[in-house]
Amino acid sequence: MSLKLIPEQASSVAPSIDVLFYTLLALSVLVIVGVTVAIVWFSVRYRRGAAVERKDVVRRPRWELTWTLIPLALFLGVCVWAGKLYFDLYTPPRDALPVYVVGKQWMWKVQHPGGQREINQLHVPRGTPVKLIMTSEDVIHSFFVPPFRIKQDVVPGRYTTAWFTATRDGEFELFCAEFCGTDHSKMIGRVVVMEPQAYQRWLQDNLSGKGLAAQGSELFRSLGCSGCHSANSSVHAPLLEGVFGGQVHLQNGETVVANERYIRDSILQPASQIVAGYQPIMPSFKGQVDEEQLLKLVAYIQSIGVREGNQP
Amino acid sequence: MSAVVSVNANNYFNVAHSLRSWLTTKDHKRIGLLYLASITVFFFIGSLAAALIRMELVTHTGDLVPADTYNKLFSLHGVIMVWFFLVPSIPATLGNFLIPMMIGANDVAFPRLNLASWYIYTLGGLFTVLTMFLGGVDTGWTFYTPFSSMFSNSNVVLTIVGVFIVGFSSIFTALNFIVTVHKMRAPGMRWFRLPLFVWANYATSIIMVLATPVLAMTLSLVALERLLGIGVFDPSLGGDPLLFQHLFWFYSHPAVYIMVLPAMGVVSEIIACFARKRVFGYKTMAFAILGIAGVGFMVWGHHMFVSGQSMYAGMVFSILSFLVAIPSAIKVFNWTATLYGGSITFEAPMLYALGFIGLFMLGGVTGLFLAALALDVHLTDTYFVVAHFHYIMVGGSIMAFIGGIHFWWPKITGRLYSEPLARFSAILIFIGFNLTFFPQYIAGFNGMPRRYHSYPAEFEALNVLSSAGASILAVGYILPLLYLFWSLRHGRLAGANPWQATGLEWTTPSPPSPDNFESRPIVTEEAYNYQPEGESRG
Repeated sequence: MSLKLIPEQASSVAPSIDVLFYTLLALSVLVIVGVTVAIVWFSVRYRRGAAVERKDVVRRPRWELTWTLIPLALFLGVCVWAGKLYFDLYTPPRDALPVYVVGKQWMWKVQHPGGQREINQLHVPRGTPVKLIMTSEDVIHSFFVPPFRIKQDVVPGRYTTAWFTATRDGEFELFCAEFCGTDHSKMIGRVVVMEPQAYQRWLQDNLSGKGLAAQGSELFRSLGCSGCHSANSSVHAPLLEGVFGGQVHLQNGETVVANERYIRDSILQPASQIVAGYQPIMPSFKGQVDEEQLLKLVAYIQSIGVREGNQP
Repeated sequence: MSAVVSVNANNYFNVAHSLRSWLTTKDHKRIGLLYLASITVFFFIGSLAAALIRMELVTHTGDLVPADTYNKLFSLHGVIMVWFFLVPSIPATLGNFLIPMMIGANDVAFPRLNLASWYIYTLGGLFTVLTMFLGGVDTGWTFYTPFSSMFSNSNVVLTIVGVFIVGFSSIFTALNFIVTVHKMRAPGMRWFRLPLFVWANYATSIIMVLATPVLAMTLSLVALERLLGIGVFDPSLGGDPLLFQHLFWFYSHPAVYIMVLPAMGVVSEIIACFARKRVFGYKTMAFAILGIAGVGFMVWGHHMFVSGQSMYAGMVFSILSFLVAIPSAIKVFNWTATLYGGSITFEAPMLYALGFIGLFMLGGVTGLFLAALALDVHLTDTYFVVAHFHYIMVGGSIMAFIGGIHFWWPKITGRLYSEPLARFSAILIFIGFNLTFFPQYIAGFNGMPRRYHSYPAEFEALNVLSSAGASILAVGYILPLLYLFWSLRHGRLAGANPWQATGLEWTTPSPPSPDNFESRPIVTEEAYNYQPEGESRG
């Protein structure tokens, strides 16, 4: 049995998270030691029978203000610092490599943009930001890789995202952190961080069929989407080229960003977000496409969405 | 101590002896004891589940019980400990017994409602234990959807009914306390002369009345979705799983303060008594209690930083969670300052109270780690969280509960327990507790997820330590049960006020008469009018 006291660091954010952790730890130890020393000192000095002068101190607003405000300022500093890091932690870089993750009782299913699929494993290149677009087929799961210091709940019915840049080659455990039923503790996978060249080789070796966007394109036709969403269609439906990543003006006056979640919602609940100038005529595809097909459609829409001026 | 000690013949025990007289009693003191008996039973049921959990986790493979059984054990442990032990623990036992006496009243405002509360509590508890025999529940005490509503194959609805029922006992007790404190204070007992124990239970009662109905509604919605397929939380039915978390934590975070505020009240009484000092900054302490109760309602989202809720919401909840630490910190500092210039002795209740401060402090600062957004991402849903809330609820609330039972035992029973044994148990519990839960901070920091039946081998050493600590803790909990029972018959007679404590409850004989006071007391002084030896008033 080995005793592990400190977690390893294997992502770009891990060192800065740890600095924050140890800073807060130091502050906490300071407070705890301070109070403990005071308690022990008073307990000994003012034990019954000890010959010592005792003053009746029952209220000193200045003392109270001092020992309230100084720690408050320090700890609030930590709070803001942690908030800043949190925003970084959940704002993926624009050029991040998208990877699609579907959780289900009790496994992780992963699809890469090139069409490579894996179960309970995730191969990523070292040094490249990776953005995870995740959803669940059943209950809530949570994607947790301790050496990366990231965790994100994987929620059915919506996409959640997380990102990381791995900084060390090797294999790291991927845990499900949200209780999800019988084999929750077996829902463990591995993140395999590879040297970029080795990663490219791995992608080649695991190529099976077409890329995700190409598969999505096929679905787009076979499900009949292209019947309406195309330039030569007689139906008045928005064209989807160049939409992804841009702003969409809705009938109700709102403006939304056309991200993964918007595409997903538009397929499953088309009536909820009508684009300005169009009629609510699209039927819902709920029940006709599963989570993995949805991700392929999203990948396809994304692939035709890249346009000057759009921000992913 | 007074030289002549005799037992009060006209006491609430002697007034009638039959079982029927106990089951139909409207005396707040007897009802407090009925509650004490019931919650002790549930505490040991919950502890039994904890013992099995710790035995399973001694090895990293899941080799003692099957996974489903393990999941049911920690669910049972959580459900029983939260709703059938911690929430009612101090208010329903010590609160019931003491609040009327502390404010100089003969009983609570609604004695019948008080008895009804105990029946409802016991009914709900038996119902929940029954579900255990029918196969149990495997959702954890948090009932997260859509797992609980659509996927679990266990007795979710029955368990929810049990929790739903017990909620009414909380509400009844709380209503009773609120009205009692408002309307039944003795002449001269102004608000700022109330003992902090009364303030704490008053604030707790307000939380109970406001939050418990939300829990009842939320759990009802889970049951409706499960039974009738009405889509509220399951996205495949058009629901939103995060809505459940918002509603659940809107109750369950304030519930943490339901569990810890009364403990703070107990500790204030004990420390003032054994330091022979007025509580430092009495008014600040009272306002801190109200502050915790108020702000506690606005921090629920800190349970959801990785759930996918908005980052901006996360920021607001994080700041509010840091702010709720202010009144908690003030309380710790003021207890410490109360010791300054005191005349301190270290009887068993004082050891529990000092232990409370230490453990509550550690639980409190680790709460800040979890309130800090970027750190919570790594730490949430790991054993760090498990350690954190056990420091607050077990280290804090149970230490104070047992300390309070010791402190008022002479008043309740008229007898003294064995002081050396009591001190020994207090120290044993403190050591056992730290050995059990401190290693869990380290395991959590290293990424060990909670609710794992089997776990990676690298965490085994820490878990062995934890299980070893739990066995010490078990001895520490069983010992008081034995010597307190023993003292009922064989303990020395205590007399009215063995600790020379202030407070109206100590002016009554031990055990108190059925009506508490022979004549209505008139209060002329502040709470905690203690005088340390050799003090120079300055």
